[in-house]
Amino acid sequence: MPLPARWKDKLEASDPADEIMEIQMGPSHPASHGTIKFNLKLDGERIVDCDVEVGYLHRGFEKMCEQGTWTQAFPYTDRLNYASPCINNVAFALAVENLLDIQVPERGNYVRTIMSEVSRITDHLTCLGMAAGEVGAQTVMFYMLEARELLYDLIEAVTGARVTVTWCRVGGVAHDLPADFAERLRAAFKCLDAVLSDCDKLLSRNRVFIDRMSGIGIIPRADAISYGLTGPLLRASGVSYDVRKAHPYLVYDRFDFEVPLGERGDNYDRFNVRFREIAQSRRILEQAMASLPQGPVSIDDPKVVMPPKERVYNSIEGLMNHFKLVMEGIKVPAGETYTAVEGANGELGFYVVSDGSGRPYRVRVRPPCFFGMGALGQMLIGHMIPDIITTFGMINMIGGECDR
Amino acid sequence: MLIERINQRFGAVITSSGAAHGQDFIVVARDAALELLRALAAEPEFEFNSLSDLTAVDWPERKPRFEVVYNLNSLTRNHRIRVKLPIPGDDAWAHSAVSVWKAADWLERECFDMFGIEFRGHPDLRRILLYDAFEGHPLRKDYPYQKRQPIVPEIDPIVNPRPMSR
Repeated sequence: MPLPARWKDKLEASDPADEIMEIQMGPSHPASHGTIKFNLKLDGERIVDCDVEVGYLHRGFEKMCEQGTWTQAFPYTDRLNYASPCINNVAFALAVENLLDIQVPERGNYVRTIMSEVSRITDHLTCLGMAAGEVGAQTVMFYMLEARELLYDLIEAVTGARVTVTWCRVGGVAHDLPADFAERLRAAFKCLDAVLSDCDKLLSRNRVFIDRMSGIGIIPRADAISYGLTGPLLRASGVSYDVRKAHPYLVYDRFDFEVPLGERGDNYDRFNVRFREIAQSRRILEQAMASLPQGPVSIDDPKVVMPPKERVYNSIEGLMNHFKLVMEGIKVPAGETYTAVEGANGELGFYVVSDGSGRPYRVRVRPPCFFGMGALGQMLIGHMIPDIITTFGMINMIGGECDR
Repeated sequence: MLIERINQRFGAVITSSGAAHGQDFIVVARDAALELLRALAAEPEFEFNSLSDLTAVDWPERKPRFEVVYNLNSLTRNHRIRVKLPIPGDDAWAHSAVSVWKAADWLERECFDMFGIEFRGHPDLRRILLYDAFEGHPLRKDYPYQKRQPIVPEIDPIVNPRPMSR
């Protein structure tokens, strides 16, 4: 079939000796997770230059948060890193509570820590499972997704949803852990241990896996710091920085856990760091469940936390309290804060500005994988097209977080 | 105390400083900002080697209207600082910090995309999250969130190839 006439000049003008081919990979591509376009300049199959184009999932998170009340921002935060939603909820809640200068009770902090770590494990299982599936290790992918299912069942038992949890509130959490949580967590751990052990045997010294992952996508230490990388990407390059250790929040300073490090900053190190982090999260969870205190999960402050329904329906004060909180929102005093937690991808920060009304004035998310994507162009230069898949997979770009 | 040491060292260029909710901040004039940021990143006493975040806030009833906010983090010394630059609305530009941290590359592109603040010295300042034909800068307070955009005419990529900027 003849090509369109209007293309004739363009195609004839191209010099056959010019070997650099410009081609675009994405935004819809079967091997990439998320809508990302790579504008590639190729010399055969080798990447000479790469411009990463993001923004296909931009939904105006920051603008929409300004339109509702503080509590109405929580459903938006779920949809940031949707592989580990509890962590986003917790981060935003901590930022607002910092502005309010309130402290959530002990049990509330423990419960938030527990759900954060469960979310971290689900995020890592998703990332590693998908990355393994892409290089051909389908068994590993399905094993990890099986373990993830049990954890999603747990999250559903606590929050009511697998992914869009909307679980935290300013001053506490919406639902406490159910009575059978400890037992179900133990059952999930049995499966998780089996899965991790099998996947380790299948991949860690697997010739094909090592050839695909090792030495690819290297980012040296100084560049990693300069690009603002944090989390597993930074730790794979050998920099020991974890927000849970550097600026402890919730109850992380009470638990004993290690921060796995890599050496070279290649994809194999990133895989390894995430893999070992699952085991460390499991360690934190065991310690947290063992020392979980009794008590309320939310602060007892009527200006911040909604009254229980019995009070709302049976007393005028309860009704008024409920009405004010829903219609006007929590009155957060004017001010600003930058509060960071350790998300599954790195430092997840919220820079929140309040003007004293019940609505946020500015909510800015510091998305950890955005920085990883900024560094991706440099990581890919000199590698080949299949390396895009593995490197992009190991950055664990979650579209909701990168593009917001 | 971090804020005292910073005031001692850079007092000449700092307009104001303070601390609230356990966090320190300084306000600097736009012209002196780049040198200050470079010094904060390089000097061993402060060593703010990681740019955690670069964003802006729009205060339409204030003069100057915008406030560009840098949240700096030191991976080695474990301290954080916030540096704020007031930027006037009708002359909205700031110096690019790309030469200090590579992270500023994409962060400044996003700030430009959302607020329309130009970063002078940036190698490739174009929109990042929104498409090129988008009209306006949505995070400004005068951009209504329900605003519709005009339909973009179809572009044939062979006849009009979108040039790669790098």
